[in-house]
Amino acid sequence: MKQEKDYVKDIAEIRSMMERSSKFLSLSGWAGILVGIYALLGSYIARYIFSFNPDEIVYSTSPGFWKVAFVAIAVFVVALVTAVALSYGNATKRGEKLWTATSRQLAISMAVPLIAGALLSFVLISKDLIGLIAPITLLFYGLALFDASKFTYTVVKVLGLVEIALGLLAACFIEHGLLLWAVGFGVAHIIYGIYVYYRYER
Amino acid sequence: MKTLIEGINKAFESRIRLGIMSALAVNEALDFNALKEYLDVTDGNLASHMKALEKEEFVSVTKSFVGKKPNTKYFMTKAGQKAFNDHLKALENLIKSQK
Repeated sequence: MKQEKDYVKDIAEIRSMMERSSKFLSLSGWAGILVGIYALLGSYIARYIFSFNPDEIVYSTSPGFWKVAFVAIAVFVVALVTAVALSYGNATKRGEKLWTATSRQLAISMAVPLIAGALLSFVLISKDLIGLIAPITLLFYGLALFDASKFTYTVVKVLGLVEIALGLLAACFIEHGLLLWAVGFGVAHIIYGIYVYYRYER
Repeated sequence: MKTLIEGINKAFESRIRLGIMSALAVNEALDFNALKEYLDVTDGNLASHMKALEKEEFVSVTKSFVGKKPNTKYFMTKAGQKAFNDHLKALENLIKSQK
């Protein structure tokens, strides 16, 4: 027969298993902060080094545009690698695996809106509608976060709503699209990262 | 020490079985591999615990195919939900009675 302290341990185990099997809790605050910094650097380079400032919906793909596209893709790849690597570190620290049924669900619910948004962006680029890229990427990223928040911290839902709002705002004010993009992918990520770090990781 | 309290279910004495039930309580259905990852146990070990829970009719399976691979999904039955809830209540009472 079990001792009473064993039953207390049982309750801890039930709690931990329910949490682990429904929510992925190894997201890293530092990843949020770093991703925000990459986005700010990327938008700075695009704006002031490549003089990229799409102030109208139709903004032709000049030769310089491809350099901006390269910076954007580089920022995305480095951000993704950072987020995965730091989550892996967190999961290992918690004695869990990174790739479980929960993190797979999280990845799938993010991937569907993100891929749709990326494909739409390519279509818009092919039609020279560069001014719509900032609002569209913010909006689809926000929808992806909103959907994925079911499988992780609730604060991700708030971040998603912020990105959606900024995306809609960027659609109203195309001339400030790049600035709003920098706020959404840069500043919002940094604030979110600091919050996650202080709330869950310290 | 007297620890037997009404509702404590012998089937959930094993922490692995308790883990299986906890995971199935918050998920519609889970496949064998997902459970294996959460519990960090071997195939054989998990299979024997699943068999035991199936025999009690606390869990049930649906078999389907993903491409050519057979896919077995486990879910909690009504009886399983009741037994698990009773077990949780019994644990709760046990903790309360100690205060």
